[in-house]
Amino acid sequence: MAQPITIEHVFKVFGDTPEIAMDLAYQGCSKPDILARTGHSVAVFDAHMTIEAGEIFVIMGLSGSGKSTLVRLINRLIEPTAGRILIDGRDINAASDRALRALRRKDISMVFQSFALMPHMTVLDNTAFGLELAGVGKAERQRQAALALEQVGLAGWGDSYPDELSGGMQQRVGLARALASDPSILLMDEAFSALDPIIRTEMQSELLRLQKVKRRTIVFISHDLDEAMRIGDRIAIMRDGHVVQVGTPDEILRHPADDYVRSFVRGVDAAAVFKAGDIARQPITVVAEHADRGARAALKLLQDQDRDHAYVVSPTHSYLGVVSADSLRTALQGHVGALGLAHAYLPGVQPIIEDEPVSELIGRVAQASHAIPVVAPGGHFRGAISKNTLLRFLDRDTPPIEPAATAEAANATTL
Amino acid sequence: MTETLSPSTTTASTASSAESTLAPTSTPWTPPQNDAVPATAWPDAATPAITAPDLSTSVPAAVADDPWASATTAPPATDTADWLGSAPPPGGTDLGSTHDSFALHQLWDGSLPVESWINQGLDWVVQHFRPFFQTVRGPIDSTLSGVEGLLLSVPTLAMVGLLGLLAWQFAGRAMALGAVVSLLVIAMLGIWPEAMVTLSLVLTSLVFCLAIGLPLGILLARSDRAQRSMRPVLDAMQTTPAFVYLVPVVMLFGIGNVPGVVVTIIFALPPLVRLTSLGIRQVRPDLIEAAQAYGASPWQLLTKVQLPLAMPSIMAGINQALMLSLSMVVIASMIAVGGLGQMVLRGIGRLDMGMATVGGLGIVLLAITLDRITQALGQPRRGARHWWQTGPAGLVWRLTQRRPAPAAPAPMDSAEAALAAHIH
Repeated sequence: MAQPITIEHVFKVFGDTPEIAMDLAYQGCSKPDILARTGHSVAVFDAHMTIEAGEIFVIMGLSGSGKSTLVRLINRLIEPTAGRILIDGRDINAASDRALRALRRKDISMVFQSFALMPHMTVLDNTAFGLELAGVGKAERQRQAALALEQVGLAGWGDSYPDELSGGMQQRVGLARALASDPSILLMDEAFSALDPIIRTEMQSELLRLQKVKRRTIVFISHDLDEAMRIGDRIAIMRDGHVVQVGTPDEILRHPADDYVRSFVRGVDAAAVFKAGDIARQPITVVAEHADRGARAALKLLQDQDRDHAYVVSPTHSYLGVVSADSLRTALQGHVGALGLAHAYLPGVQPIIEDEPVSELIGRVAQASHAIPVVAPGGHFRGAISKNTLLRFLDRDTPPIEPAATAEAANATTL
Repeated sequence: MTETLSPSTTTASTASSAESTLAPTSTPWTPPQNDAVPATAWPDAATPAITAPDLSTSVPAAVADDPWASATTAPPATDTADWLGSAPPPGGTDLGSTHDSFALHQLWDGSLPVESWINQGLDWVVQHFRPFFQTVRGPIDSTLSGVEGLLLSVPTLAMVGLLGLLAWQFAGRAMALGAVVSLLVIAMLGIWPEAMVTLSLVLTSLVFCLAIGLPLGILLARSDRAQRSMRPVLDAMQTTPAFVYLVPVVMLFGIGNVPGVVVTIIFALPPLVRLTSLGIRQVRPDLIEAAQAYGASPWQLLTKVQLPLAMPSIMAGINQALMLSLSMVVIASMIAVGGLGQMVLRGIGRLDMGMATVGGLGIVLLAITLDRITQALGQPRRGARHWWQTGPAGLVWRLTQRRPAPAAPAPMDSAEAALAAHIH
């Protein structure tokens, strides 16, 4: 249903004689060079990427970086100067006007930063606008429009006019208008940038919810990296018309392609992007082979390593509990012979699920006297987060953190 | 008393002399069918020279082969005019000499015979294209006589009622009251037929203004090049004194109501074109982009987005066209256009200020009524879903809606009755 979009070496030059600028571009001149020599502005410079079917692909960059131009090239509101754009394998620049209109009416919808609702039409008529252009009968298009309005939570507002609605509601209408024709591709040009932060978060959740109901290929333009990190499956970062880096939010945070991306990424609220599983470190783990022995060995291990805590896992690496040197000593006091580790578990330790964003754990990690274990939803042990780990992660000026370190895993000892 | 009278006597004398001078220059080309209009309209005309049949019969032979020769070589008529006489005589005589002796230095020393060229060009157009202009006359004539016949055939009170209902429908109750009162005043002033003639003139020119102005305005909105090339033309149409094109129009179309409509169109068209173009150009670009992004064809873009959004501006243009054509009525009456304008002109000519004032009052009342109605049309309406749900149409609509509602319980009653009958 959702369709992939392939962008092949696309250039867009604004000016009277783009050919000259293109020649220079092929000769390897940079954008400022071309501007100085010909007065032509290269808005998109050799964009080359594939947007997979069904993903939310965020194109981000500062104002004037060419991102809005790039998204308009996809539905050919702007004609590319060179290069090809394929939607589901079809070259849209070869399409006739009629075919292009059919594509825009049916397969590609667009949501605008300024909402761009028709002020002379009711909300229902606005929502049905695309269908009306496609020649769908009045009863049918109003039925579909009412469904779309219901999807975005605006059922019953059909008879109002756009200027009677708040900004957030207007953009919901914009979204409903885009959804009414059930398109496979959704282009969102800074769709939520004009909304205040709370409404923006709400709309992002709405979009993610809609994406769960039915997967569409969504190309989302944004200049807000937090937004991009939150909703994007993949992110392309643009600068001066160039696509600097394409990757998942994690990849971009961990391995910025250059200093521009690094400085761009610096301001991002990483705690909201990274999950507990991403920053958990491997502590000393003790594998409980037998239910009735292992406590003495564990105590010896902790004393030898000069550590206070160890994390007990089953042979299948499921999380069992946390023991400390003190708890082991207390359990062994006056006991003769082998003792199971289960007798020494610290009480009240609640492991963290690995999907939780880091921003939500700060309080718990700070209060605990030891590193808190992180487990997968199935109970599989992932590691532990200590105060030290968390502080290092939150410190923005240290070099980016290593991926969940495996070095310490070597310390894991099987007893 | 004498002091206050003296300026008006001078204006009156100049006006009457203008009439007398205009009459001979215009009447020779009057087609026979037009003679009826001035003859019947001005039966008691104070200036004897104005009676067209006299003059047209005096030079019938000359008219047949070369009407312009008689016009340009008719100095006796112009000699009687004090203020027109000072103007250089039409250049039929000195044309040949100046044209032959054209030299480069004339470009600088101001002796370029532009005026004679214009006269020559006009002669040429009249000679070769008069049939064409007479064909153009056709549709205007038929529209005008149709509208005029319609307006004059409806009884006065019925017409007042009808216009009152229209005002109520589109401008609200208070405006309707105002419209009815001002129309009744017009009727009581005894100038109803003249007012209807003027109204038909104004409406006919409005129809043609719309037919020409809207497409032209749309074209100018679409193309910057068309906008650049048409702007000076529109400027000229708006600013050229009406008297300048009054004479050529008469030469080409003859006199009567039709050239009056043509002159009115020339004067009233530019604001409609400009405001239509402006309105379309001012539609927010993001709305245009949105419409294109949803697959609007150029026609859909125009009809579903641009025109509806430009409507307030276009309505302002229509309003302006109406007002300007009403203001043109008096000037047009100089070429034997009937109606209120002629009353004014005749009143001035006869120094009958009462008559002139009554005619002027009629124009003002008509103008205010039309202005309010068209301005109200330009207001975007909200709240009411459709125009037919408000005003008198809404009243009728609600009545027709209500009728089925009481009809519903009726079968119930009969069913009950039947049930009751059955029980008994």
